[in-house]
Amino acid sequence: MRSAPYLLCVPALVLFAGVVIVPLAMTVLLSFHDWGQYKGIEPVFILKNWQEVLGDSYFHEMFARTFRIAFFVTLLAAVFGAPEAYILNRMRSPWRGIFLLVILGPLLISVVARTLGWALLFGGNSGLVNKALMGLGLISAPLPFMFTETGVVIALAHVLMPYMVLAVWASLQRLDPQVENAAVALGAGPFTVLRRIVLPQVMPGILSGAVIVFALAASAFATPAIIGGRRLKVASTLAYDEFLNTLNWPLGAAVAVLLLLALVAIVWGANRLVERRYAQVFA
Amino acid sequence: MAFLELERLTKSFGAHNAVDGLTLGVEKGEFVALLGPSGCGKTTTLQMIAGFVEPTSGAIRLAGKDLLAIRPARRGLGIVFQSYALFPHMTVAENVGFGLEMQGVAAAERRTRVGETLDLVGLGAFASRFPRQMSGGQQQRVALARALVIRPQILLLDEPLSNLDAKLREGMQIELRQIQRTVGTTTILVTHDQAEAMALSDRIVVMNQGRAEQIGPPHEAYERPATPFVANFLGKTNLVDGNSVRPERISFAAFGLAGTVRTRIFQGNHWLYQVDTASGLVTVIRQNSGEAMPGEGDAVHLAWEGRA
Ligand SMILES: Nc1ncnc2c1ncn2[C@@H]1O[C@H](COP(=O)(O)OP(=O)(O)OP(=O)(O)O)[C@@H](O)[C@H]1O
Ligand SMILES: [Mg+2]
Repeated sequence: MRSAPYLLCVPALVLFAGVVIVPLAMTVLLSFHDWGQYKGIEPVFILKNWQEVLGDSYFHEMFARTFRIAFFVTLLAAVFGAPEAYILNRMRSPWRGIFLLVILGPLLISVVARTLGWALLFGGNSGLVNKALMGLGLISAPLPFMFTETGVVIALAHVLMPYMVLAVWASLQRLDPQVENAAVALGAGPFTVLRRIVLPQVMPGILSGAVIVFALAASAFATPAIIGGRRLKVASTLAYDEFLNTLNWPLGAAVAVLLLLALVAIVWGANRLVERRYAQVFA
Repeated sequence: MAFLELERLTKSFGAHNAVDGLTLGVEKGEFVALLGPSGCGKTTTLQMIAGFVEPTSGAIRLAGKDLLAIRPARRGLGIVFQSYALFPHMTVAENVGFGLEMQGVAAAERRTRVGETLDLVGLGAFASRFPRQMSGGQQQRVALARALVIRPQILLLDEPLSNLDAKLREGMQIELRQIQRTVGTTTILVTHDQAEAMALSDRIVVMNQGRAEQIGPPHEAYERPATPFVANFLGKTNLVDGNSVRPERISFAAFGLAGTVRTRIFQGNHWLYQVDTASGLVTVIRQNSGEAMPGEGDAVHLAWEGRA
């Protein structure tokens, strides 16, 4: 029976279709419906929502903000996460396990709890972060963190850091320590080894970590909702508001679908780039 | 005073001495092999010379200078690692040129020297390949070129041929010997293959549990092994009435030690016999000259030079 393998796939396919494809298709369909304050949702096919989302500068700004935040979160996660993974990888036996737990531990705590923690640290003019920065003499007046992009970027970068560390760590594990020794024997100093030997080899790991972090940051909800609040909306919080406050489901659906499409395009493009760049070397 | 001197070099891991009081002098231009079973401390010795493992005690001197006081990056040694350790993200030319770049050699001269060295190892046409795109033997030669191009004071080779198949290994042995002769670099080769050590080196150091059991030219160690361990490690040997006799030195004769052939194995260019005698089981190796040879169960007499 050659069809047996396909038949065995059927239950999983049905489940996948049921929980992913169908709701997704319905959301796409919803984005073409009409909506009015008094008439509610009208199941017609119009482009009104899409014209609004694509034409209105309010939405442009909001999407630009979403991807700006995601970009800086990714940058921050890479700048701190990659060295973190490198140091972790060089640690000795008991410490390595302990610090791995410290770094990955936050994954076990709800994002909401972690973000509320940051809200407490940031909160008001007397927040701990501002107090510490002023105490160190780095700033003279308190910086606004709550309801700013800076605050959202910092909190999100912290929330998503473990994904970057894991991705980079996985690629560090594959490195042959003798390769670093070979560079040293040829006269390379520690910094040269890091820049010319280690970094290029873990670059695919950093890039795949970046893709994950970027996608998660652009679609994150809890952290921008708590730190950014109503004043600083990103795509996901806007879609939420349209669905639950304005009750304009079709417009919310258009925002959500656009975010999904943009993310798929970015992730796919980044993957293509990585694959083409590294095919020869690491295939 | 030798060019490279190891003096009572010792490395302990906890209570275990991986290398135990090794003393060795290597002359300039000499090819020395460190030979011994797995875990006898060969790699540890090499890594101490290279500077990646710190000795517990003892001294290493190169041309009279204390090598241990010099950082690994400044020792100027060429190393071929067992795993080759090529830089996977660099082309062959970039791999080979890396050491020159570190020395601050100008780009133009770098290109010429990289080209010359790649020609030397027969890889002139492969300069723009990546390591992944090459066979094991080719990668091994890239590693050799990378170590040679910096004109190292000493070339350290850690089982460089062990990943190759028998045929390729033989070819590379000949090539390695030729290259070493041409360039004249002092070379230390680590191997657990006694045939390889004997084929390549001027002197061999037979190691056992971190100690040197015998240091000398290959034929001398083979003919006059200092200890039973050396005798056994350098090839098959028979212990007959307290004397050790190499199997290929024993011939079938009309008289001598009487015995019966228990097994006979054909190995292409020679026959391998196991003969039951009054002094125990004796192994005999006879060249395959095309003549008729005794078969299993035949009664034979064994004779060898020096037997009373
Ligand atoms: N980092 C280490 N920690 C503890 N013991 C070690 C360490 N490195 C080596 N050893 C021990 O030292 C001994 C010698 O090791 P070494 O790698 O030098 O052997 P070798 O002669 O190169 O063997 P092989 O032919 O298998 O490569 C071994 O018993 C090994 O277990
Ligand atoms: Mg070894």
